[in-house]
Parts: sequence; structure tokens; C-alpha cells
Amino acid sequence: MAELLTERQPAFATGGGGLPPSISDEINDGGTGLPPGTERRVYHTGMWLALIAISMFFIAFTSAYIVRSGLGDDWQALSLPPLLWLNTLVLLASSATLDATRRALLGGQRVACNRWLMATVILGAAFLFGQYRVWQDLAAAGVFLITNPSSSFFYLLTASHALHLLGGLAALGYISIEALRFRLGPAKRTLVEVTAIYWHFMDGLWIYIMLLLWLWR
Amino acid sequence: MSQGTAAHGSAAAHVHQAPTGFWKKYIFSVDHKVIGIQYWFLALAAVFVGMGLSLYMRLRLAWPSGEFPFFGGAQMTPEMYLALVTMHGTIMVFFVLTTAPQGGFGNYFLPIQIGAADMAFPVLNMLSFWVTFVAFVVMVAAFFVEGGAPIGSWVAYPPLSAIPSAGPGQGMGMNMWIISIAIFCLGALLGALNFIATTLDMRARGMSLMRMPMTCWVWFVTAVLGLLAFGVLLAAGILLLLDRTAGTSFFVPGGLVISEQLIDHKGGSPILWQHLFWFFGHPEVYIAILPGMGATSQILAVFSRKPVYGYRAMVMAMCGIGLLGFLVWGHHMFISGMSPYTSMVFSVLTLSIGVPSAIKTFNWIGTMWGGQIRFHAPMLYAIGFVSLFISGGLSGIFLGQPSLDLYLHDTYFVVAHFHLVMGVAAIFGMFAGTQYWFPKMFGKMMNETISKIHFWITFLGVYAIFMPMHYMGIVGHPRRYAETSGVDFLAPLQPMHVFISYAAMIVIGAQLLFLFNIIWSLAKGTKASDNPWEATTLEWSVPSPPPFDNFGGRVPVVYRGPYEYSRPGEAKDFVMQDEPMK
Repeated sequence: MAELLTERQPAFATGGGGLPPSISDEINDGGTGLPPGTERRVYHTGMWLALIAISMFFIAFTSAYIVRSGLGDDWQALSLPPLLWLNTLVLLASSATLDATRRALLGGQRVACNRWLMATVILGAAFLFGQYRVWQDLAAAGVFLITNPSSSFFYLLTASHALHLLGGLAALGYISIEALRFRLGPAKRTLVEVTAIYWHFMDGLWIYIMLLLWLWR
Repeated sequence: MSQGTAAHGSAAAHVHQAPTGFWKKYIFSVDHKVIGIQYWFLALAAVFVGMGLSLYMRLRLAWPSGEFPFFGGAQMTPEMYLALVTMHGTIMVFFVLTTAPQGGFGNYFLPIQIGAADMAFPVLNMLSFWVTFVAFVVMVAAFFVEGGAPIGSWVAYPPLSAIPSAGPGQGMGMNMWIISIAIFCLGALLGALNFIATTLDMRARGMSLMRMPMTCWVWFVTAVLGLLAFGVLLAAGILLLLDRTAGTSFFVPGGLVISEQLIDHKGGSPILWQHLFWFFGHPEVYIAILPGMGATSQILAVFSRKPVYGYRAMVMAMCGIGLLGFLVWGHHMFISGMSPYTSMVFSVLTLSIGVPSAIKTFNWIGTMWGGQIRFHAPMLYAIGFVSLFISGGLSGIFLGQPSLDLYLHDTYFVVAHFHLVMGVAAIFGMFAGTQYWFPKMFGKMMNETISKIHFWITFLGVYAIFMPMHYMGIVGHPRRYAETSGVDFLAPLQPMHVFISYAAMIVIGAQLLFLFNIIWSLAKGTKASDNPWEATTLEWSVPSPPPFDNFGGRVPVVYRGPYEYSRPGEAKDFVMQDEPMK
């Protein structure tokens, strides 16, 4: 992996103005005695662990959702606003553009990388704005958090997802700033990779939430 | 994400110079050793707060009409008693039992024991401590808001916990309780993530999983439990907070009347909370006790001069306990009206935890059997741990059976059970850890005489407190009541309450001895050598206290298992893990 990176480094350097001297490839032993690549692996491990924790959080909501839907006679199925389907498409598209970003970064195609990155940020923000519109539409139709247990869960699940996605968007924002200032060097590749894993997971989580809200009414 | 990057920088910076400024060095330090000590002191502060609360509870129970200081010269109200029950339980479970063994000792010794310079994510580590600290401040602040602390006990069962008008502490105090616990969950999740990543990815060359000391194994398993459990508690806390503040009905049933007021909720289920809470709550008791088991295994081997008996079986038993811990939460809810078939499943799974527990106990005794035992203070506490774990564990077999639990559940029998097994046993694990690692952490030996006096008073004292409670429970004395003086069949038990309260006062007094020992030893203790106990694991191969990067620029390589004691043909009776094979 380390050889691969040194091989790729010039591609970045020639991609746009060269790298500041402070940026160096940190993927080496560094006197720690740990095998090369540990640094990168740790961040991947950390991200996967975070996703497990987030999964448990949503699993808890899911079990509450299923139990609560079977209790009492006050559960009224919520009809999903059609805008949700458009939002879903936007989010799926953002995953695709983020993957294109990652591939462009790997290939050293700096301009393409930045372009795809911007597209991802815009799509991510559009999704969140779309969600905001969905909540507005529901509120306009008189469906609030406390209207009905199903609407409670709708707001709860979508808002929790949005909050998590906002975290991902913040990370993408940071990456974009670094990219626009031409500082997205190989050392930041891990950051891009783990952010991409997180973002794709949020995408999958959204599909899961949609299916839950749609099929278990 | 900038934190991630900073962590990235410092994670790669194992060869960095130590910080020199006061704030970076002692307060907002990213050094796992400083963070470990911070957690340890936080737990020490919390345990004295928690103990002080229990003292007041004991006073109230023994002398119901008594007037005590800090209560304005008036009798303590039953509501105040319930607030004490709640806060004692919460502070002890979260800020002591969860904080010291994992956050404290784990943080300090996991990296050194596996041969790493720091945790995987140092900045995240600092963040998890400070988040936990804020949670503690918010929790204690609940005492001082309008209405005072919540009265729903540490399990916060709705509807009591969901309706602000349900009691004096159920308004702002209860909100702060939930917020504090939510913050705590975040800190615990960050910590768990860090522990797992460190164990998986940061081990030194030669440190295979099966060469890790038992302590590293328990910190790993505990972190896995934490990672899977705290997210569920966080989710449940959010639902509860929404029920309280937004008016949703997740946990509040319809038609509820409180203080002659119809509560405007419908259709929720208090039992749903119990499921979510105990799905977290049962693993939580293992989060509390597992690190004690690890420290005990370690110390028994060191002071018996023998390897841990059945290392592999111990590891398997630990993982088995962790796994089963997630499948038995229903045994806390036998009296909730659960179907007998469900009860039976939970009961069988619960009783099956006896198997790995018995393996561990058998192996602890096997470790000591035929050893050249050195009865230093750490060893005494470790043996105390085994004793308390057996005493407390055996009553669990009674409670694991639904038919018996129906009778015993709301009595003092349960109080005795869980205090012995997860409270006092875990605390003894912490005492053992403190005694064992104090020389490494602070470079000074603790005073052996004071330690032994403290051990004997505490050990005999806790039995004097909790053994009688078993009998009170069997007689049918209900728990959580401030006063039962008007109940005829319980009147003969009042002298027992007085006895227990006296025992509690003595034990609590003895803890001042422990505190004094720490302060005295820090100031005047004899200087500790690098390896005062002649132990084999990596933390004893570095100076006491260890340098900033743990190994002083040296890269540790591990050649041996963690317990090479009394090997035939060796000059010494112990061989360090990093000593090359001949």
C-alpha cells in the first residue's frame, strides 16, 4: 500500500500547484513498531465500529416502532409524502458522486475530484433541504410530532437520520475546503475514504428507514 | 472531523515530545495515562458522593424519626429518601462502576500492556473523558434545581419518569437526569470505540490475541458490550425525553390519572421502556464486573506465582458471559406480567450464565491452588473479590427462577444480591487494581499496613451489611421504602436495620482510611521500583511512572505469554513478556 501511495504522489503534486512541504505521507512506521498502514487501518476500524454503534441506536428505534405499532388502537398509518421518493433519489445520487470523487482522487484527477466533491455536497444539502420541505408539508397538513404514534416515529427517524447526515455533510465540507485550497493530499485520503464509508452507510440507512416506514405501517 | 484529523496527527505522533504547558499536560491532555488518572479521580469523587447518599439512606431506615444535618433540622421526607435511592444508584452504576475499571485502569494500562504508545484515537479519548465529566456535573446539578433530584430510581421506569407532575423531582431534575445519561452514553460510546480499535490494531509485534493479559481481554469484551448497549440506552432516553417534553406517547399509557389529573397521553407502553432499558441494563452489570474479573485473574496469578489456570477457558468464559449478557435482560422483568413461556426462556439463559461464571471461579481457585501465595494487599482484595462474587452470584441462581423471583424481586433480597455481586465485588476489583497499579501510576508504594486494616474492615463490614438483607428479603421486607415502621410483620426487623446502619457507618468510615492512604502514599510513600510485584506484563518493564510515550522511544517486542511464572529451569520465578527466548 505504501509503495502504491508513493507511486501516486507525483500525480497529486502535478495536479495543481504542488504540495506544501508540511504534507507528508504519514503512513509509515514512525518509530512505533507498528506495521505500515496501521494508521489507515485504525481509522477504518474506528469508522466501522462507529457504524455498529449507530446501527444499535436505530435498531432500538426500530424495535420501539414495531412494538408501539402493535399497541392500542391509536396507530394511524402515515401516508408518505411523495417528495420523499425524490429525496431518496437525490441521496442515492450523492453516494454515486462521492464514489466518483474517491475514484478521481485515487486516479489523481484533481479537477474531476473537486467537481464530483462539490456535486456531492450540493446533493447532500439538497437532500436535507428536501427533508425540511417534507416536514413543512406534513406540518401544513396538520401532521405533527404528537399527532399520532406513527407520525412521532416518522419525525423521530427522519430527524435522527438527518442529524447523522449533517455530521457527514460537515466532514464533506471540511474535505471540500481542503480540496479547494489544494491540500487534499494523500495523507487526507483516509479521511475521504472513511467519510465515504459513512456516507454510503447513511444512504443504506435511509433506504432501510424508508422501507420500514413504507412496509410496516 | 477536525478532531479526527488532530487525532490523526497525534496518533501518528508517538515519537512527539511530551507537552509542557499545564493545561495540555494535566487538564486537556491526550495522553492515555493522564486521561486514565482523570477517570480514576472522577470515579473516586463520585464514589464518595454515592457513599454519602447511602449513609443518609441508612440513617433514615434505622432511625425513621431522626433529624439529620443538611436537612434543615427536619425529618427526611419519603420523597427525599427516593431521591437519594435514585442518585445513589445512578452515580454508583454510571460514574463509579462504569468509569473507574474501564475508563480509569483500562485507559491507563491497555496501551502499555499491549505495547502501544497511546490509544488509537488520543483526541477522542480526551473528548470521552470530558464528556463524561460534564455528564457527572449535570447529574449532580439535578440536586439543586427546582424540585430536587428525581425519585424514579436508576432504572427510571415510566410512567413515573415520564410525567413531570408525578413527583417533586420529576420535573427539571428528571430532565437533567436524562440529559446527563445521554451525554454519558456519548462518552461511553466514544470510549468503547477507542478501546476496541486500540486492541485490534495497536498491538506490538508478537502480542497475539492469546498473549494478551487477561485485563486486556476484559477491557476488550467490556468495550464491545458498551458499544452495543449504550446506543440503545441513548435511543430510549430520547424517547423518554420526547414523552416528557414534546407530549408524545411512547411509554405513557392512556387514561393515566396522577394527583386526580387525567394525563393527556394515549396508548404507550411502560413495558417498552423496561425492555429497552434492560437490554442496556443487563450488559451494563457485566460492564461493571468484567474489568474486576480481569484485574482479579491478573493479580491472583502474580501473587500466587503461577500462570492463570486455564487461560483459554478464561477468555472463552469471558466472551461467553458477554454474549449471554445480551440475551437475559428479561429476567429483570419477570414481575411485569410477562408470559410464562418467555420467562422460561429468559430463565434458562440466565441460569446458563452460571456455567462460564463457574468456570471462572474454578480457574481462580485453580490459579491459587499449590501456588506460593504472597499475601500483599492487592492479593487480599483479589481474594475478597472472588469471595464476594461467589456470595453475590449464588443468590442470582435463586432470582433467575421466575417462580422465586416473583416473591423476592421487590424485596431486600435483590438489594443484597446486586450489591454483593456487581457493587461491592466490582469495588473490590477496583481496590485490587488500585493497590496493584498504584506504584506504576504514581511511582510510590501504598502503605501496606493501612491497606490491610482497610481491607479487613471493609471485607467483614460489607458482609455485615448485605448478608442480613438476604434474610430480610426472604421475610418479605420490600425495598425502596423509606419507612415500614407502621407495618406489623416488619417491626421485628427494625433492630436489623439499626445493625446494618451501624455496619454501614463503620465501612464508610473505613473508606476515609483508603482516602488517607492514597494521599499519604502520594506524599510520603516509599519510592516504587519498576517492577515491585515481580510481574511479567509489559507495564512492569517501563519506569514507574512510565514516560510520556510509555516505552521511552524503545519499540517493545513480545516473545512470551503473559503469565510465565515459576518456569522450571529459569533463574528467576518470572519471565517478562518482552524477554527473548533463549
